[in-house]
This record gives sequence, C-alpha cells and structure tokens, in this order.
Amino acid sequence: MPRLSSYRDFDWVLLGFVLLLSLISVLEIKSATVHTKFHGFDQKQIGFLAVGLVLMFFISLIDYHRLVDIVPWAYGVSILSLIAVFAVGTKVLGARRWIKFPGGIHFQPSEWIKLVLIVAVARYFWGLAGRQLTWPDIGKAFALVCIPMLMVLKQPDLGTSLTYFPILICGLFLGGIRFKQATIILLVVAILGGGVWKTGKLLKPYQKARLTSFMDPDLDPRGSGYQIRQSLIAVGSGGIWGKGANKGTQTQGDFLPIPYTDFIFAAFCEEHGFVGAVGILLLYFLILMRLIQNAQTASDLPGSLIIMGIVSVITFQIAVNVGMVVGLMPVTGIPLPLMSYGGSSILFTFLALGIVMNIRMRRFVN
Amino acid sequence: MEELPLHSGLRALGPNGKAEKLPAGKLHISQYMVALVLAVLITGLWRLEVLGADNYRLLAEANRIRKVPVLAPRGRLFDREGRLLVDNYPSISCYILREQVKDANNDLALISQGLHIPVEQIQATLRRYQSAPKYQPIPLKQDITPDEQAFIEAHRNELPELETLDEQRRLYPRNGFAAHLIGYVGEVSEQMLNDSRYAFYSPGDVVGRSGVEQTYDALLRGTDGSRDIIVNSHGKELGHLGQTLAIPGQDLKLTIDLDIQMIAEKVLDGKIGAIVAMDPHTGEILAMASRPTFDPNQFSVRLTKNYWNEILNNPDHPLLNKTIQAQLAPGSTFKIIMSLAGLQENVAQTMHVPCNGGATFYGHFFSCDRHHGMVNIDNAIPYSCDTFYYTLANRLGIDTIARYAASAGLGQKTGIDLPDEVAGTMPSTAWKLKSQHEKWYAGETISVGIGQGAVAATPIQLARALSGIASGGVLRRPHVVFPDEVPSEMLQTIHENLPGTGEATIPLTTENWQIITDAMANVTGSPIGTAYIAHLDGVDFAGKTGTADVVGGRVKNSTNKATIPNAWFVGMAPRRNPDIVVAVLWEHGYWGNNSAKLAAQVVNAFVEKQRKRANNIRIAEAPKPTVLPTPLETTHPSPTPKPPNPAAE
Repeated sequence: MPRLSSYRDFDWVLLGFVLLLSLISVLEIKSATVHTKFHGFDQKQIGFLAVGLVLMFFISLIDYHRLVDIVPWAYGVSILSLIAVFAVGTKVLGARRWIKFPGGIHFQPSEWIKLVLIVAVARYFWGLAGRQLTWPDIGKAFALVCIPMLMVLKQPDLGTSLTYFPILICGLFLGGIRFKQATIILLVVAILGGGVWKTGKLLKPYQKARLTSFMDPDLDPRGSGYQIRQSLIAVGSGGIWGKGANKGTQTQGDFLPIPYTDFIFAAFCEEHGFVGAVGILLLYFLILMRLIQNAQTASDLPGSLIIMGIVSVITFQIAVNVGMVVGLMPVTGIPLPLMSYGGSSILFTFLALGIVMNIRMRRFVN
Repeated sequence: MEELPLHSGLRALGPNGKAEKLPAGKLHISQYMVALVLAVLITGLWRLEVLGADNYRLLAEANRIRKVPVLAPRGRLFDREGRLLVDNYPSISCYILREQVKDANNDLALISQGLHIPVEQIQATLRRYQSAPKYQPIPLKQDITPDEQAFIEAHRNELPELETLDEQRRLYPRNGFAAHLIGYVGEVSEQMLNDSRYAFYSPGDVVGRSGVEQTYDALLRGTDGSRDIIVNSHGKELGHLGQTLAIPGQDLKLTIDLDIQMIAEKVLDGKIGAIVAMDPHTGEILAMASRPTFDPNQFSVRLTKNYWNEILNNPDHPLLNKTIQAQLAPGSTFKIIMSLAGLQENVAQTMHVPCNGGATFYGHFFSCDRHHGMVNIDNAIPYSCDTFYYTLANRLGIDTIARYAASAGLGQKTGIDLPDEVAGTMPSTAWKLKSQHEKWYAGETISVGIGQGAVAATPIQLARALSGIASGGVLRRPHVVFPDEVPSEMLQTIHENLPGTGEATIPLTTENWQIITDAMANVTGSPIGTAYIAHLDGVDFAGKTGTADVVGGRVKNSTNKATIPNAWFVGMAPRRNPDIVVAVLWEHGYWGNNSAKLAAQVVNAFVEKQRKRANNIRIAEAPKPTVLPTPLETTHPSPTPKPPNPAAE
C-alpha cells in the first residue's frame, strides 16, 4: 500500500490546543491533590498523556478505512466483552465494570466501546447515504447503539452509557433523518422517560437521588446534595478572577468532592475564576471547530462521520460535566475530556484524536 | 450485526457508487450547536461566578472558618476580707459537631469506648439536642482526661465530629463548705431558656444554678470571646484568622467572714440544721451554713448518677439552704414577737400571770414546762413561760399578733439576694379564710402565742426580726454581696426579681426596746434564764431559746429521731444595737439551749476577732443584766451607745 500521507498534513494546530489544555489539566490536578493522599496524580497524568500521544501517532499510521472494514468484528468483540464483564467482572463499589487480567491490569470495556460505536455508526450511515431514512433504518441504528448502551447501564454505569447516546443522535442527524421522524422519536422518548422515572425501574436508587438532589441541592446538604452544593460554592466563590492557583479554599480544604476527576472544572473555576473558565471553554471551542473543519475537509463520508461522532461525544461530555459543575445538569459521573484525571478517559481522547489525524492526513487521497 | 451491509473495495464511493460528502449546511448547524452549548455553559458560569460571587464567597468562608468560643472565666468569689473562696481551674471538654457527619449514630460505639461514656448516655444527649440547630456543638463530656484527649486527636479522620474546647471550671471549697450560700454552676436548663429573663443564654451554656452563682450570674459569667479557625472538611485545623478576647467575669467580694463561717460550719457538723449570722446595722450576712451539705464540685462537671441519687434520697434534703428554705415552727423564739406586740399594745406592761404549769383556755388545758409562780414581762422571756404568753396571745388576738409579726417580716420573704427563699407562714383570720376557707377559732390563737400551731419561720426571718427589734426597729435587707460591688441597675433588677420586705421599720418605742433586750440578756446572763449554760463571760450576749414541737408532737424520752423537738436559738451581741445577730436551727436538737451553745461559739468567735482587731482593747462593756426577779417599778437603763465596731467597713 503506497504511503499517501505525510506528517506535514498532521494537524499540529489541533495538537497544540490539546497539549495546552492537557498542561492546564496537569497543573490543576497537582493543585487539587498536593495536600492529599492523592498527591503525585499529576505525574501519573503526564504518564497517561505520554502513552496517549504514542497511541495517537500509532493509530494515525493505520488507514482509517481499515478500521471501518474491521468494525463489525470489533463490535462483536465489544458485545462479548460486556457479557464477560457480567460473568467474570470485578465488582467495585457495587458496580461490575471491570475485567481483571493477570498482572493487575483492569480493563473497562465500556470506555473503548465508545470508539467502536463511533466507527460502526459512521459505517452504518455511510451505507445508507444518498437516500431518505426509513423507519427500519432508524430502528436498526437504535439497536446498534442501544444494545451496548443498556448493557453498560446495567453494570451500572449511567455516565458512560449516556455518552453513547450523542453518537446515535449525531449519526441520525447527519444521516438524513427527517424533521417529522425526529419529532415522533422525541415524543416517544419523553413518554418512555417519564415512565421510567415513575416506575423507578432501570434507575438505581442512588441515581434517582442524584437527580432529585440536582433539582434541589438544599434538600439534603449532607447527603446526595452535598457534592452539588460544594461544587456550586467552589465555582461561585471563585468570582471573576479566582482565588489563585493552589489557593482555592474549597479545593484545598477538601470540601469539593473528587476535585481531580469529575469536579476538576469546579476546582479550576474556584482558583482561576470566570476569566479562567471562559478561557478553558474557548480552548474547547477552538478544538471542536478545528475538528469540524477536519470533518469538512475529509476525503469521504465515513471520515466525516467518524470525526463528527467524536465531536458529538466530546461536546456531550463537556456539556454534561461543566453543566453539572455549574448546577445545570445532575451528577452523572462523566469526566471532562482532556481535563479530568484518569487513564481511560485520556487514552480514549487521544485515540480519537489519532483517528482524526489519520483522516486529515488522507484528505487529499481523491 | 448480520443485517448491517458490509462494504469493501470502493472507499471513495458510496454504496450507490457516487462520492459522498457531508452537506456543508449540516456541518454549520453542528458548529452552531457547539457554540450554543458553550454559550449556555458560560451563562451558567456568569450566573455563579459574577452574579452569585458574593453569596458563594460567604458560603465558602462559612465552610472553612469555624468560630470556636473562647470561654470567659467566671469571676472568683472572696470573703469580706479578700480571702479566696471560689476559684477556677483549666479543663478540657469534648463536644459533638453534628454538621461534620451524615449520621453520628454510626460512630457511637467507638466514641463510647474512647471517652468512657455508655452508648445510651450519648444517645440521650443527642436526643436532648435533637431540635437544636445542626451547627450548635453538643457538650458530650466535661473535664476529659489526657487519655481521652489523645483519643480524640488520634481519631480526627474517623471521628471528625468530635471537638475539644478549653474551658475554665469552678473550684469550690471542699466538704460542702458554704455550699448553699455559694451555690453551683451547671448547664442552663430548658426551663431557664424559655424564660425571657435568661434570653441571653444559649443551650449548653454554663450558668449559676443556685446561691450567689445564680443571683449574680450576669456579673460572674463575663463575656465569651471567639476564635476564627480555618478547618478542612474533616474539621482539622489548618490555621487561624482573628480572635475576640473573652472578658472575664467580675470577681465578687461576699459579706461572709471566713473566720465566722468556719466556726458556724464546724459547730453544725454532724447535725441537721442551719446557722445564719448577720450584721444588723447593714444586713450583711457574716456566716451562713446549712446541714446536711453537698459538694458543689460534683455539680461543676456533669453530675454522676450515683451522687445525684444519694442527694435525692437523703431525707434531710442536702440541697436545701435551710437558712432561707426551712420553714418550721419557731417555738419560743416567737415570744420576742409576742413581747413586741404585747408591749406596743400596752398590754404586757401590766400583766401579772400566775403560772401553775399551764392554764385552761376555751375548755382546753395548755401546759407550761414548769411552775413559774407569778410571771411578768421581764421574767417571762428568760423563763420562757408559756402560761404568760398563752394569756398574752389570748388578750391580743390573732390579728394583732399577725400585724406585729408582719411588721417584723414574718410570713414574708426578707428579699435576701439568694434564689428560692421561702416566705414561711404567719397565720391570721384573713390567712385562714383564704388558705383553708375557714373561720379562725380563738382557741387557735393560744398555741400561736408560743410559736406553735400554724406559725412557720425560716432562720433568716428570725435573725432579721431580732436584728430589727434589737436595733430599735430598723430592718435591713439581708445580703451576701456588698451592694457597691454591683452596678446599680443590676442591683435593682436583683431586688425586683427577689422581692421581700427589704428595708422596713418595726414600730417600737425606746422604752419597750429596752424591756425586750434586757429580758433577752437575762436568758443567757441570768441563772434563771433558759440558756444560762451558754452565757459568755465578759460578752453582752443576749438571745432567746426555742424548743419547737415537730409535727406529730413531743414524745418524752423517745428514741425516734423524728419526734425529737427542733432546737432554736436567736441571739445577739451586744444586746442593743448589736454588731452580730445569730439564728441557729438544730433540727431534732432537743432543747433550745443546745442551739444556744452553738450560737455562743459563733458570737464568741466574732467578739474575739473584734477584740483582736481593736488591739486587744475590750469592746465597750454592756450594762450588767439586772438580777431577777425584778420589781415591776424598776426603771430600765437608757440604751447604751453603740460600741465602736472596728470590723464594720
């Protein structure tokens, strides 16, 4: 196979933004953990970033069309691995999410399935390109995404399962769903959602409590409302300019829950204020715009669809995580891409970026 | 999976064979969507960080800054000469902060083990404070040991709800010395919290619960300060900001003379009863002792159940300050009041009553303990002749007696600056109608004449009544704290809260004053007096005994303690314008002269001290008591001038 790509076409600008955000993330993780038993997590995050970068360059070498080719197999393996989690998974804090391998490696399939789903959905709608979507088309798309989603929800891992949803929405939107069809689906989802809430099935009690306390955090300020309340106080007390690096009283005083993962944006807001927070969101905006531009310049439909799938997941995670921190969304345990501490999240993001680079490098193929 | 169309080969072309591109319009919509999401998030940030910043900053401060009270040490108590009676000592208390944990109930077993408190007791404490606001610390254990303190320090992370606080704790004299007078401190009761007068107390405050500690609490307690400390979410102290210093409570000088008090305590030891000594010129209480007593130190930390039960089950009521709370028949000491009434009404002067061991009134025989022969007012007092006073009471009638008794303060509180004084009872026709809805029978008046029947008085009432009569009619408000130590508004409030007869005047002519005081001098000074055994050589010591039947009546030579009469004595030195008046109540002390011996020791100690003070110059000699029997025509000596009183301040 001839080399059709070159690193001159690598998106160095995008990588620059990403690395800048990663640097800010490392500094904030350090600030949030320096006085706790988690100190040193910033070093570990650097390690994850390094591995992520290597993986990113590595995956950019493999033609993404090959990924599209093998995705049915990957999808099958994903479903099997989810079944394996149920059968032999390790139970941590009441949730069965991990498969333990010899050598102390914990594998969480649900995180990687995101990537598989992005490619699978792209492939599916590529196959349907050029014609109006029929109801069976839509039904199949739902089945494609909802089967793994429900399995992950059962683990239970509400946060990760929710991140599958924007992949479906994005695919349907770009795949050409009609306005009438979208309206009907929305109505059905609303009615079903109401039913789920009423009967209490599918949702665990703690998930329900999170949603209730989201509506009124003061109901139980020491219970499930505690995290939201402390997060709001952290963000709000940051003011316009923030309290300064390493000076957030909520962060340093351990009032803010897990300030290095899910609530890292709250910690950042407290220490760097409105100005800093808007700066971060601006960086995200630039990254996302750059991604959409790459989707536009991609040489073919599957490339565009894959990039837009990635855009939808990242946008969704920002919306839910930052929304949670500022009190617009309930607590769901979704990390903030590129900011939150954690290997799985970092590796997913860099693998996704690797695919984006891959697509960009091959944009002049045709 | 199987239904998904598989593709291979032509990658640049769609399944329909033509090259595919996403429509630019949809990508633009995507861009707008992303921008919209970020705009919404920025709006949310703006709402919190710009509009809500001030509010959230306060909440963040409230989170991390904890106000720790710095407790003011209570004012110390001194005797009239500045000798220390009550001090403070540093101590550490443990509190529970419910805000720090979701549910403290999960930790009770560990807390119980570490602090040596039964789980049920902690639960009871938590229940008591259930309705209190969550931020309020709950006192768990006071005066903890170094071991317990180490336990709390070592379990900061597991038990963030435990908090220690440095306090000053009361150190009272040992063995219940002056315990009733001084009182004790304790946690403020719910009852007090509901009273508007104690509005400035909050639950958990330590307040005076009895005695001087209670009356002068506002003065003694001082003002608590506070310290702002920075804590993390586990309550661990990270630093501190500022502090407001505590203002210590005001030290107070009591009117008590430690030397006199010690004698009073000593002579009462092992007995049930009370002694109060007072300076009639001013109303200053020089000594006040009550038996049985209790240990106020036990009250200053949380009381143990055993000690509390011991006090509760003691039939002689150790917590009762008998000087102001024991209301008993005064017996023959009441004859002083009878003499006052009889003389002022010009009845007693001319009375000559033959005593043949008693007399019959209204068909009943009322006995006297002896055949006194012909008795008049001058020897009726030293003889303590009942027949004379039966006759006098019968001639005066109950309402006249009641009027004079009331003028001397009986049946009413004196207004002493100690809590929970009782009023006693002075019967009258109106009193009986009101309390029993019955008419007064003339026959009932006879017993009243010797201080029996419905008459009930406290030692302080008798001491004060005698003070008034011996001082020519001037009644002072008794007090244990010098009024000039107390701000005038507070003094007024105390007087309003503790009403009584206060400053008053007894109608008493100079002539009658002399008759009564001379006769009382003969009680101890003359061999015919009932308390000659208690006379003091070279001291003008006068008084009156009382042997009061207890409820159930006198049973001769009974071994049943409860039927033995109460022994009273009220006395003064010198006889007119005295410098000291002493009232002694010895419950089941058998004869009044037993109490007279106790009073004599107190008076002697006082006089000895005065003489030493005056560089061994003997105090002015009082006129020699007239030898009895005295002819009625004898003119009474003019009142002696008040002797110099070096002890008076």
